Amino acid sequence: MSQTRSIAVTVNGRTYEKTVETRRTLVDFLRVDLGLTGTHIGCEHGACGACTVRVEGEAVRSCLMLAVQANGKSIVTVEGLAQGNALNPLQQAFWEKNGLQCGFCTPGMLMTISEFLEEVPSPTEEEVREALSGNVCRCTGYQAIVDAVLQVAAQARAEKEAV
Amino acid sequence: MGVRMFGASVKRKEDPAFLSGKGRYVDDIVLPNMAYAAFVRSPFGHARINGIDKSAALAVPGVLAVLAYDDLPETLKERPLPLFVQVAALSQPKMPYTLAVDEVRYVGEPVAVVVAESRYIAEDAAALVDVDYEPLPAVADCLAALAPGAPPVHAGSDNNVAARMPSKIGDVEAAFAGAPHIFKERIFQHRGGAFFMECRGAIGSYDPVLNSLLMYISSQGAHRIKRGLLDLFDLGDHQIRVVTPDVGGGFGPKGSLYVEYPAVAACSMLLGRPVKWIEDRRENFVATHQERDQYWDVEIAVDGNAKILGVRGTMTHDNGAYTPWGIVLPWISVATVPGPYVVPAFHIDMISVLTNKVPATPVRGAGRPQAVVVMERLMDRVALELGLDPAEVRRRNFIQPEQMPYKVGLIFRDGRPVTYDSGDYPACQAAALDAIGYEGFRARQEKARQEGRYIGIGIGNAVEGTGLGPYEGATVRVATNGRLVVYTGATPQGQSHKTTLAQIAADHFGVGIDDISVETSDTATISLGVGSFAARTAVNAGSSVHLAATKVAEKIKLVAADMLEVSPDDLELKDGFVHVKGVEEVRKSFREVAVKAIGMPGFSMAGGLEPGLEHTAYFTPDQSTYANGTTVTEVEVDIETGRVKILRLVLAHDCGRVINPLVVDGQIVGGVAHGVGNALYERLVYDDEGQPLSTNFGEYLLPLAADVPRVEIVHQETPSPLNPLGIKGAGEGGTIPTTASVIGAIEDALSPFGVRIAEAPISPQRIVELLGEAALGRTR
Ligand code: FES
Ligand code: FES
Repeated sequence: MSQTRSIAVTVNGRTYEKTVETRRTLVDFLRVDLGLTGTHIGCEHGACGACTVRVEGEAVRSCLMLAVQANGKSIVTVEGLAQGNALNPLQQAFWEKNGLQCGFCTPGMLMTISEFLEEVPSPTEEEVREALSGNVCRCTGYQAIVDAVLQVAAQARAEKEAV
Repeated sequence: MGVRMFGASVKRKEDPAFLSGKGRYVDDIVLPNMAYAAFVRSPFGHARINGIDKSAALAVPGVLAVLAYDDLPETLKERPLPLFVQVAALSQPKMPYTLAVDEVRYVGEPVAVVVAESRYIAEDAAALVDVDYEPLPAVADCLAALAPGAPPVHAGSDNNVAARMPSKIGDVEAAFAGAPHIFKERIFQHRGGAFFMECRGAIGSYDPVLNSLLMYISSQGAHRIKRGLLDLFDLGDHQIRVVTPDVGGGFGPKGSLYVEYPAVAACSMLLGRPVKWIEDRRENFVATHQERDQYWDVEIAVDGNAKILGVRGTMTHDNGAYTPWGIVLPWISVATVPGPYVVPAFHIDMISVLTNKVPATPVRGAGRPQAVVVMERLMDRVALELGLDPAEVRRRNFIQPEQMPYKVGLIFRDGRPVTYDSGDYPACQAAALDAIGYEGFRARQEKARQEGRYIGIGIGNAVEGTGLGPYEGATVRVATNGRLVVYTGATPQGQSHKTTLAQIAADHFGVGIDDISVETSDTATISLGVGSFAARTAVNAGSSVHLAATKVAEKIKLVAADMLEVSPDDLELKDGFVHVKGVEEVRKSFREVAVKAIGMPGFSMAGGLEPGLEHTAYFTPDQSTYANGTTVTEVEVDIETGRVKILRLVLAHDCGRVINPLVVDGQIVGGVAHGVGNALYERLVYDDEGQPLSTNFGEYLLPLAADVPRVEIVHQETPSPLNPLGIKGAGEGGTIPTTASVIGAIEDALSPFGVRIAEAPISPQRIVELLGEAALGRTR
């Protein structure tokens, strides 16, 4: 019923070649075609941020992008954050600060924040809250997430100064 | 025993998987040969169905089946969904059939279901199912639905009253007759929906060999859903298994049995293939239960010292088109009104009204935030009229700790008289006021006003029945390989049950929480379960884990004592071994003990012991245990734009003994955000015909990170005498007092203008409107 096209997409360092319907969203491509179910769907209208992944480094809502638009691009999803079994510092801080409850918004939060901290390495609380305002969490009230982000930023600063 | 786990802020067991994208939510489950369902839903608030033409949908390549009511298995055609909470006051119990028979009564009601090879195809085809609707008059507002001549929500009924119930304490007529002061309020309240981030979803997988049905459902309790499906399908207990995988938030509405579940099951039976249905967000706005409207007309009578003599009035509740939770929600609202205050006389008539909207069932707080708003609006009114400090009015009316246990005089939804078991309400308010610096507030307020800034402070006090029965069981088992597992019907949706229940068990075995698996909400693992709602799991399942683990630990010692030829009292458990106290080398592993405990084929059991290292306990609380909390909020209101900024928010609370402070703090802060949403943002808008006008997150505002304050928490700890661990529920305590406190603070900020607020939520536009009205009133 719909047209198809062949695409090649690199996800978390691995390249996948698939034929997809042109109307297929990137999030469905990741979740259904590649089985990478860590990226979640919370609204399918670009409002909740649960589906956030990084495309060429940029945090993007994968429910608003088509799989064919990702052709030739490099994507990182939540599955690509940990090094082996070792959580990265942001994941670790979420764990320590109780930055998640049901865990459903978490992958999108992590992807949004990872981009944000690259751009604003030493944010204020207000800047963190502003940066998180495209990601909805119904469980945590955000406070523990904000604390986790501030902790990672502080750690990174301390490490830099130590060098 | 190693470090004590109970009471420790341990990091959650659940998190490493969630943080690395390895959660298993229902939409992450893929079964071989699975097909996908999409529902055709009513676009009308009320209509007759004159016919359904499925041909165009069936012609779409990849479509496997289209089912309407006529295509359902016989038992589903015969029976509506079961109503689990029937009470006499419910005069019009109304339950839906799996698919609409010949009438639809709310926008979003399922009429047909399409199954296809992919979700995309199923949705394409669903749009092609041609339903011939004949619109009928609809009624959306519950007051309008009560008016004479209102159209019936269910064609053929002669009125729209679902239930009427009076709640009374003492002689309210007498109390008002001689009262020096009587104040009247009309308060409109609206609570939105749950809006968990993971929409609902179900997979039905029918096995024709065993004639059995396996369902994966994103729920708050697998056992109740199984019970409903047993009734609907007439299958044997062994033929239905319901499993709830990881759940992305529930907050109440995922606790219901929904028509989509038997529909998906029927599709799987018909096709002999697993069928998955995942709700999308638009469906979630029209088909998942919500909480919505209550109109309160109330009066308070007080004496010259502001002591309450009585409270009376009526409450009209918007029930929606069906009654899956009976009158539970409005009943809780009314029973929560007295709160922490001595109310010697009380009479509220509750009317629950059918409307052409999706059913209203409990959302986090379950009708209590509205009750607190009502009582606290009345307290503020008394303070205003008598020229007293609002905190002082409350102080004069608190139930004192020495009055515990305190009988309020009402019957709660657990069927027992509302009897507060413990708590220190004056101390809780005092702690919250102290933390926010209430003493100095009026000076701060005055100074701000001189700068042209309008700040205000508001108080919300709440008492919350938690840990409702009947029970939540737990089986604790040591497998023959020595591994420990806890099975329970409790169903986490983010509340960290796997961690907290492991903490409770761990101390009995001298192990860490990662040495214990906690398996939740699978009807194949434990026979009875109720589910997680009403802040009941820590109390019920927690106590059951404690009781079962106590027994199993005792048994390990009994069996090992025999093996080691010592007295059980000389043994202790640590790190997977049972050893002689002080002589760690003299020991047996849990594995050895477990193998011993199952006996050897052909040999008698030693010492007359029952076989196996396992025990199942069902802790059955006598009544609810009552938690309490005080929120104090400081806000600033921009009188030009009506924008409200929360400057500070303190919540003092008492949920008894705490299993894991990190988890409780998380519950509180998350709950506060929900309460803030109910005060300022969340509103489900319908037109007069029941057409929903807020069906996405642009139209329905959820609190975002920049909207919610940092919550300052003050802990009080009055152990509950009603369960072995002294715990009370904590899941809703942040939400319940918060809305009232924010509303009170806004009114206080606007007090120079004489603005009174008798509604929640309140939008910036409405604040500007009220300021305008007040200004006109003054110049008039
Ligand atoms: S699912 Fe993409 S923003 Fe909500
Ligand atoms: S942790 Fe549940 S939505 Fe954020």
